[in-house]
Amino acid sequence: MPLLKNNAFVSDEWTTLDDEAVLPEGGKIIVSFTRLAKDWDTLAKFPGVLGVKLANTDKIDSLAPYLSQVAIIVLAFPAFTDGRAYSLARGLRLDGYRGELRAEGNLLPDQLQYMHQVGFDSFIVNDRFPLQSWQAASHQMSLAYQRGLFRVAGEGEVWSQRHQGFAPWEEQPHAG
Amino acid sequence: MYRYDEFDHKFVAERTAQFRDQAARRLSGEITEDEFRPLRLMNGLYLQLHAYMLRVAIPYGTLSGKQMRQLAYIADKYDRGYGHFTTRQNIQYNWIKLEDTADILQALADVEMHAIQTSGNCIRNVTTDHWAGAAADELADPRPIAELIRQWSSLHPEFSFLPRKFKVAITGAPHDRAAVKVHDIGLRMHKNDAGAIGWEVMVGGGQGRTPMIAVTVRDFLPEKEVIPYLEAIMRVYNLFGRRDNKYKARIKILVHELGAEKFKSEVEAEYARHPAQSTEVDERELARISAYFKAPAYEKLSRFAPHFEEAKRANPEFARWAKNNLAAHLVDGYTIVNISLKPEGGIPGDATGEQMRVMSTLAELYSFDELRVSHAQNIVLAHVKLEDAFAVWEALVASDMAAANYGLIGDIIACPGLDYCALATARSIPVAQAISRKFANVATQEHYGAVKLNISGCINACGHHHVGHIGILGLDKKGEEFYQITLGGSSSENASIGTILGPGFAAHEVPDAIETILNTYVKLRTSGEEFLHTYRRLGPAPFKEALYAAA
Repeated sequence: MPLLKNNAFVSDEWTTLDDEAVLPEGGKIIVSFTRLAKDWDTLAKFPGVLGVKLANTDKIDSLAPYLSQVAIIVLAFPAFTDGRAYSLARGLRLDGYRGELRAEGNLLPDQLQYMHQVGFDSFIVNDRFPLQSWQAASHQMSLAYQRGLFRVAGEGEVWSQRHQGFAPWEEQPHAG
Repeated sequence: MYRYDEFDHKFVAERTAQFRDQAARRLSGEITEDEFRPLRLMNGLYLQLHAYMLRVAIPYGTLSGKQMRQLAYIADKYDRGYGHFTTRQNIQYNWIKLEDTADILQALADVEMHAIQTSGNCIRNVTTDHWAGAAADELADPRPIAELIRQWSSLHPEFSFLPRKFKVAITGAPHDRAAVKVHDIGLRMHKNDAGAIGWEVMVGGGQGRTPMIAVTVRDFLPEKEVIPYLEAIMRVYNLFGRRDNKYKARIKILVHELGAEKFKSEVEAEYARHPAQSTEVDERELARISAYFKAPAYEKLSRFAPHFEEAKRANPEFARWAKNNLAAHLVDGYTIVNISLKPEGGIPGDATGEQMRVMSTLAELYSFDELRVSHAQNIVLAHVKLEDAFAVWEALVASDMAAANYGLIGDIIACPGLDYCALATARSIPVAQAISRKFANVATQEHYGAVKLNISGCINACGHHHVGHIGILGLDKKGEEFYQITLGGSSSENASIGTILGPGFAAHEVPDAIETILNTYVKLRTSGEEFLHTYRRLGPAPFKEALYAAA
């Protein structure tokens, strides 16, 4: 499945490991949260770069001890109508996580902008849709009313634009 | 009332263009019906029994003459010449074509309207007191905070795929006309000793198949914390609300299953966890919005209106309408006109394009160009001079909108039922019409006094039967429609859920059953006692006895 990052399709540098798979010598690997917690003693010494994949029922509180050690967090969308991962993403960003935040699973192009806004910055997308649909759909709205969201270039925040000196809450760099 | 600025205009224009693209991709087959469904629902478009239904947002029920005129235009051009005002203070059109929808949304955008989030598992149109800004008992107009919530909730990226729909209702008056205790979140304004405004936050009320009264989680939330606190509630709901069963997915179930205390502590923990300043209500923005809701330029008038009094003496029909359909205004010499959309034998909440245009004109001429839709499916002209009331009434008489039954047994709330709705199990409209005809005589209605009769055509309770003083629920038993009667519901500040009286009735038996209940009440009431009070004093027993003992 194609990987969309910074609105361009790029190759994926990460390898996702099954819970039973043998740990490689190095590189960039993603493990489940279950494995991360269970094998932490081993994984803490892993010479490459670590990432973790959360189910949308996992609690971000329990991820806290490992947060500074992971460079990517993958959040799953089991169905495009299941919005839990939006709140997980927002919670992680509000907690200060600044690494890569990836969405995968059952996504629709029309949801991409929402995902950007809550803090996702990379997306495993379904190639059943024309690839340009994914790129176009993430920029359909140039304005949002809510404060404290992430923005891609060209997006504005209504309430801060209305009131001079009412700066957006935070300049929020995307990890990607 | 609120007016769009350049940002609001741009936002709605982009949203309209986005929907046009989505509809085109659906028509071309690029996206499936399953994928299109949540997208169209978030733009108010349902697929019903016979056609698409489009539900248009009327934020907190307030609209201008020009906007009402545009609703009439849409009814005439794209529907069958009428529209249906709903218990959500919205309007819905029942005969819409998918191909026309983007053009309709454009027509709405032209008058600063949209259909955003009138459906779908997201935060729905915010509702409030239909007498806001005019009612004599109000602390302050609740609409500025309602508008703020409208903006904040519009395309909220975190809360657009919730477990289920989410409804917020707001009241600025101690007498609750917005049914805040039977909404997912209810906000009620209070003033402290220093005169500052704060909000009581109630969560987990609702109707449907599991009716519940909301619990209070905060007694006095400072106004600037409203948005961040709502975000905390929404986040807890989005993460922990049930998604395994759509009938248990509303926040009321989460509150019930966790228990009020545990739910409250989850919300408070979430609220404490994240810095509130990111979403705090900016005072300048609230001041900007509030300016749109400042009181209209009232004339200084005497409380006594001689021509009004004279017209009542000369015309008993007018006097009757004035007695039942006018309400106390906070300014001397003004009145609140409640236009009943419940003519004898009519469909509750329906209005033709022509009737909408008449109401537009009346608003422009007599009520500072403003109309309200009430959750009881009536229309309100909130600021009419008493001396103009007769002219308003004459125009209403000429357009069949002068039913003098506001708040009486003929003022029925009813959902569209099986005549239109894909979810319904029975028809609501013919039952409402039959009851309306049975009690056509307004003198008879006055004899029974203030009674709220609400009818739903299925367990989802869009017709608010649980909170009707008399509630009627249409069900299906082996292909036969039958109707369960509940008594004692109320959506006021003393909210209660009605109690089922006993076995149901066939459609043709319902009007007589209602008459039996009302006559039982008349026999038992103390002097001046309203129906609900008699019921609360005596309970269901005498009514059961009267209904079922004879059979």
